[in-house]
Amino acid sequence: MNTTSNDTPLNSNSNMATDSQMTSQAITPTRPMYWSVRRELWENRLIYLAPLTAAIVFLVGFLIKTIVLRHRMHGLLTLNAQQHDALHGLMALSAQQQHDAFSLPYETASVLIMGTAFLVGIFYSLDALYGERRDRSILFWKSLPVSDLTTVLSKVVIPIVILPLLSFAITIVTQFAMLLLSSVVLLGSGVGISTLWTQSSFIHESLMFFYHIVTVHGLWYAPFYGWLLLISAWAPRAPFIWAFLPPFVICGAEKLAFNTSYCLDMLQHRLTGPTVSTRPPGSTLMDAMAAITPIQFFTLPGLWIGLAICAAFLVVAVQVRRHRGPI
Amino acid sequence: MSCIEARGLRKAFGTTIALDGVNLRVEEGRIVGLIGPNGAGKTTALNVILGLTPYQGELRVLGRDPWTERDQLMRDVCFIADVAVLPRWMRVSQALSYVEGVHPRFDRAKAEGFLSKTSINQHSKIRSLSKGMVTQLHLALVMAIDAKLLVLDEPTLGLDILFRKQFYDSLLNDYFDRNRTIIVTTHQVEEVQHVLTDVMFMDRGRFIFNCSMEELESRYMEVMVHPEHLAAARAFKPINERQVFGRNIMLFDHGDRSQFAGFGDVRTPSIADLFVAMVGNQTNAARGEAQ
Repeated sequence: MNTTSNDTPLNSNSNMATDSQMTSQAITPTRPMYWSVRRELWENRLIYLAPLTAAIVFLVGFLIKTIVLRHRMHGLLTLNAQQHDALHGLMALSAQQQHDAFSLPYETASVLIMGTAFLVGIFYSLDALYGERRDRSILFWKSLPVSDLTTVLSKVVIPIVILPLLSFAITIVTQFAMLLLSSVVLLGSGVGISTLWTQSSFIHESLMFFYHIVTVHGLWYAPFYGWLLLISAWAPRAPFIWAFLPPFVICGAEKLAFNTSYCLDMLQHRLTGPTVSTRPPGSTLMDAMAAITPIQFFTLPGLWIGLAICAAFLVVAVQVRRHRGPI
Repeated sequence: MSCIEARGLRKAFGTTIALDGVNLRVEEGRIVGLIGPNGAGKTTALNVILGLTPYQGELRVLGRDPWTERDQLMRDVCFIADVAVLPRWMRVSQALSYVEGVHPRFDRAKAEGFLSKTSINQHSKIRSLSKGMVTQLHLALVMAIDAKLLVLDEPTLGLDILFRKQFYDSLLNDYFDRNRTIIVTTHQVEEVQHVLTDVMFMDRGRFIFNCSMEELESRYMEVMVHPEHLAAARAFKPINERQVFGRNIMLFDHGDRSQFAGFGDVRTPSIADLFVAMVGNQTNAARGEAQ
């Protein structure tokens, strides 16, 4: 029955399947999943191109800013020694201010890349199960032994696993590049590069950032993506309208009928993340991320309710996709 | 075990009845042509068989319920639903890799062998291929899958005659063997006539005719009747009579071939003519009832 020849290099990556096929004639359930996720990345290259572009644009801006800054510093440094000392004193004024001055561009980079990834996630999810119906390719996907569950799961993996991890990796590389860039530019300008490296506390902030991206972008936002995928699977057309109009109308109706805004508050709370209510004034973004400990986070009822809602949306999306054909 | 077995199969969309209590049996190793006018329920019948649509009644495809056991069924069943369903953004090589990745019975070397006979470049995107090439690619993918049942719904729609002929030729020569079953719907009936082993006619949600090609050839006769034998020929109750270039052509179901030879030239009717006769009669009868 199995006539697959393994002598060609093109077939080498199917050896695993061929082996398991001989014993059970069934391929492992992870294999269709793996290929479905790869398929998503083939189709939606924006998933990695958009955050990458954001990072590159930011780096260019940062480079220009650093060069300009260096010239200014040069100007200052050619003044007399007294003035120089005064300047140094000025710079050493407050450790907090200095820290902020160094951290700000790095935070901006992470926010920019995360924001880009978030937007990509929204538009990806809205189109994921709608696009295949619009271009009729759903009939091709359905002609292969890949279940609706696998398909829907492979599509939710993109915004809640792939995009957060990808934006984390891109951010780390970008921040490292920023450090290198500013070191090179400031080299020989007299400004201590060592300050740069110690102030940025690279490892610590990376870990905080990773924690934030997994908890907030991966888990806390999950119900958003579940909702978008459900609408994407169901909408007869214009999924964007179907996804955003109902929440808008419900919030408006609530305000009008009861003069309350529970729905809006709920959405706002979900969108701003679990940490904001405890964020002390004047703290940096990275501190805010650390404001909620893992134990606090994983015992939040809101987290588990959100994940349950996400799961429910996905179950319905799977059922809807089963019944849907091309439009 | 028969490949497809259906009893009392029903499917309605609102008030429109697409399948009206269909009984059907397709044996293994047949090439069945499913012929019917637009809106007869062909695509619905195929969708039900492929587990794309829920249904009422009893249906077994390769011993499985296609709606509840669709995922397992799709390892043994392949279909080309339409010429234009391959994702346009995909590269040919990606399509090969993907199908190889998810399908346990796909033989990539075989698919590449088929593709090497065409002018399709593996690095091309599907959007850059012509309609005929997309069909060739889809056929290459499907033929490299060791499936038991292949369903083709208008696979050659919109293709030129060369591609259409090549499509059925490669299907017969490179794919079909006695263990596989193929169901094909098409409006280009004449082109598939020599390919089929069985023919089924559908009209308004029902299978109105089902017979093997051997039976069709022995049972049905088309006689171009000489004007002087018209009355005598009509006495044998032809199921259909039409005029071509002033000559009356009568279609008979059963009868003595040598006797009909006395009335004029006797030949085997084409599926298209038989279809027109059958469906035309049904439609006329229905109109008569309505009046």
